[in-house]
Amino acid sequence: MHIQLNGDHRELASQLTISELIDQLALTGRRIAVEVNEEIVPRSQHADTRLSPGDRVEIVHAIGGG
Amino acid sequence: MSADQRQDIPLTVAGRVFASRLLVGTGKYRDFDETAAAVEASGTELVTVAVRRTNLGQNPDEPNLLDAVPTSRYTILPNTAGCYTAKDAVRTCKLARELLDGHNLVKLEVLGDDGTLYPNVVETLKAAETLVNDGFDVMVYTSDDPIVAKELERIGCCAVMPLGSLIGSGHGLLNPTSLAIILDNAEVPILVDAGIGTPSDAALAMEMGCAGVLINSAIAHARQPVRMAHAMKLAVDAGREAYLAERMPRRASASPSSPFAGRINA
Repeated sequence: MHIQLNGDHRELASQLTISELIDQLALTGRRIAVEVNEEIVPRSQHADTRLSPGDRVEIVHAIGGG
Repeated sequence: MSADQRQDIPLTVAGRVFASRLLVGTGKYRDFDETAAAVEASGTELVTVAVRRTNLGQNPDEPNLLDAVPTSRYTILPNTAGCYTAKDAVRTCKLARELLDGHNLVKLEVLGDDGTLYPNVVETLKAAETLVNDGFDVMVYTSDDPIVAKELERIGCCAVMPLGSLIGSGHGLLNPTSLAIILDNAEVPILVDAGIGTPSDAALAMEMGCAGVLINSAIAHARQPVRMAHAMKLAVDAGREAYLAERMPRRASASPSSPFAGRINA
């Protein structure tokens, strides 16, 4: 199924949970925040939130800024 | 000490107390080592960061800014830089709150265009209202318009941060008259955010009674950022002390410091 991930089209082999997606991206344990379809998905819900086709996923982190 | 002398009380923003009145940004440094060293030399306790899409498929051991500037040591102030609408700014603040485990202090900035980075005050006011209602403590970047500053305060922003001049320009305080009016009217901390180019700019803002200054480019783009960070610390401390001490009156004519009495030619 396809999703939008950080603005780019991405094909997933199956309907992953957010935890599984984060794991696949080798981001487990990183300090990130996740938004799906413009709604925050709290860390506590990553394991229980399954992505659907067409979801728009944003994964962000902190970088240098003023 | 007489009762009408100015007393030093620490900077307090939404109930958080800070020993330093210098806020620093973390953009534009060569690397995180330089960021960490400059932040430390500045003596700051409040450090801004930006929120951006994570690089995917890159080095998993990529260094993390929050390792260089740890949340255990500094209060992190996530910004909404790069947002041009209230909606994007609100989304960014919510992402930041999630990123920082519920930390609700944010620096709101909604920009008008990428040439001037001048604040879009209409969108800023909208975003401020939404964020305050959602429980955020909002430190807000704005123009030096006293009416807008007061309106942001009325909405419930915990600090109002007018620009001294354009972001990253280093032109200093271009409209001190307007800043003075904002300071006169204010009931929340006023901090100069943007435009500080050199320590004398920072000292002037503090002498005028600003609660603090936020500096990024003037430190990061100095030839020696760590040294400049220290210089900014000294300037902010000096400016604050001068504000508390209250400067001498200006006079139209000279006034000798050495007494006339007892001169050998008298």
